[in-house]
Amino acid sequence: MSEYLLEVKDLNKHFDTPKGVLRAVDGVSFTLEKGKTLGIVGESGSGKSTAGRTILRLLEPTSGTVLFEGKDITKLSRKEMRAMRKDMQIIFQDPFSSLDPKMPISRLIGEPLLQTGMGKNKKQMEQRVLELMETVGLPPRLYNAYPHELDGGRRQRVGIARALALDPKFIVCDEPVSALDVSIQAQILNLLKQLQRERGLTYIFITHDLSVIYYFADEIAVMYLGKIVERAPAEELFAHPMHPYTQALLSAIPEPRLNSTRKRILLKGEITSPIGLPKGCRFAPRCEKCCENCTQVEPELVEVTPGHFVACHCPLAYE
Amino acid sequence: MLRYFVKRVLTLVPILLVVAFLVFWLMGQTGDPARTMAGETATEEQLEMMREELGLNTPIAVRFGRWLSDAVLRGDFGESLYGKDCWQEFALRFPHTLKLAIASILLTVVIAVPFGIISAVKQNSWVDTLLSSTAMLGLSMPTFWMGMLLIVLFSVQLGWLPSGGDDGSIYSLLMPMFCSAVNNAALVTRMTRSSMVDQIRADYLRTARAKGVSEKKVILKHALKNALIPIITTIGTQLSFLIGGTTVIETVFSWPGVGSYTVASIRSNDFMPATCNVVLISILTAVILLVVDMLYAFVDPRIKARYKRG
Repeated sequence: MSEYLLEVKDLNKHFDTPKGVLRAVDGVSFTLEKGKTLGIVGESGSGKSTAGRTILRLLEPTSGTVLFEGKDITKLSRKEMRAMRKDMQIIFQDPFSSLDPKMPISRLIGEPLLQTGMGKNKKQMEQRVLELMETVGLPPRLYNAYPHELDGGRRQRVGIARALALDPKFIVCDEPVSALDVSIQAQILNLLKQLQRERGLTYIFITHDLSVIYYFADEIAVMYLGKIVERAPAEELFAHPMHPYTQALLSAIPEPRLNSTRKRILLKGEITSPIGLPKGCRFAPRCEKCCENCTQVEPELVEVTPGHFVACHCPLAYE
Repeated sequence: MLRYFVKRVLTLVPILLVVAFLVFWLMGQTGDPARTMAGETATEEQLEMMREELGLNTPIAVRFGRWLSDAVLRGDFGESLYGKDCWQEFALRFPHTLKLAIASILLTVVIAVPFGIISAVKQNSWVDTLLSSTAMLGLSMPTFWMGMLLIVLFSVQLGWLPSGGDDGSIYSLLMPMFCSAVNNAALVTRMTRSSMVDQIRADYLRTARAKGVSEKKVILKHALKNALIPIITTIGTQLSFLIGGTTVIETVFSWPGVGSYTVASIRSNDFMPATCNVVLISILTAVILLVVDMLYAFVDPRIKARYKRG
């Protein structure tokens, strides 16, 4: 039995497209302790959502292993995997499209209970659904409401209640607040934090919003084109970003200060096509610090200072 | 909900009135009933007398008003040229048409919905290709041609099934039912497939899978229920067509239904039964479409909410 709740080793998810193989997740490895939060950040198309879904086997991994409490879930049969979903859940990004419009809230939250036979007794199930609704701050009068009657924040609360229904140990939060108004974002984030404290939940928190992740995560992994390019504890990463990409991302956080003198690093061009990647570092075409070596050899993720990993030939030194 | 229903029924009244008037007027334009009754050799005086007798010289609005009040108040839809009561003639034939319509639509649903679902779930596999091309074949095969082929095979060659008529047994029903179901089933298969394909990519199916819902339930409970609206619409429209009597099928299989009777009446310039049939069928069609609209509410809570608002 390992000390980690989740251990991901060399996870790959490749899609065959007419243009070639798309490496959406390319050799991702990390570990996650119980009760902690790993933030995964990156721009659109960096493979962070795909990584989250592949870890839960909502997408079948191409290769690699995912150890959950020491058990390799990539080897489980469909049926065993369904049973496993009790422990590992996901909160989706879009609370509008991820809820079945034909089902009332009671069914949306209660369905997982039915699946595992925990909802055999009608009375008990109703009780449990109402409890869950209370936990996430939904008034009981919405018990029979349909998703279209709720606003985005409440829908997301339904999504969270649904994920909590089976008392999972681990939840992938896939951009849970990016579709919501800023005022509601804070409510949902606080709710997630509070749930983590009360229930000892372990999160993977996927987002492109760095200010959110700083508040939320214990450790942060920065993804670029399917690869983790830098991983460090949150404080450390924000204080001493080493990868040029991380630096560029951090410099893009808006600062509520007039006459800010901070230099913005503007990335050139769009994210490179993930199909038919060039030799060498995949960030090289957009990198300010790109050197000869970068276009030839792909850098490995190495531990530069304790707990701080970076995949770059010329990591930026401490400033 | 009830308010919406009542409102819908009330809006039907003017629509049906306009339809009835149009049919009444158009039928009157197709020929001269007096000429038909009196025969080719009749003199102009005889014709004039005949017109006077039939009331054809009064303005169309007056004639329509009279016909309508007779029909609505006394259930008297007029008589055919052969002196038969139009309503009775309709009532005699309608059960045959209804039987065929219901049998055919049931067969359509039983074949087409599962085929469509399988096609969508196994999208782009060989099963999908097979089912889709079968549907395409069914859609493009002319009904009368298939009907004749069936008669040649099962009635003439094998002698298993009667070639026409309705003797009340399942045997006489089989071929017409199958024949009129093929086209519809093909269309419903394609409709189900495309509607399901849209749903299969929906985010909430992923949510259902994440919940640990079994694949069968994901497809039937989440995807199918959301895909139902266009399927119900298609089937409802088809049923309303079938209720009007599928002229071609009724003719090929000498089925004693409303469709073949209406066409025969029109062909022989028999003004009254043709009008009566078309108007009655319009009413039935409108009612079926209304029922379909009400069904939406049971399938989709969002539509129900809209209906509730009136």
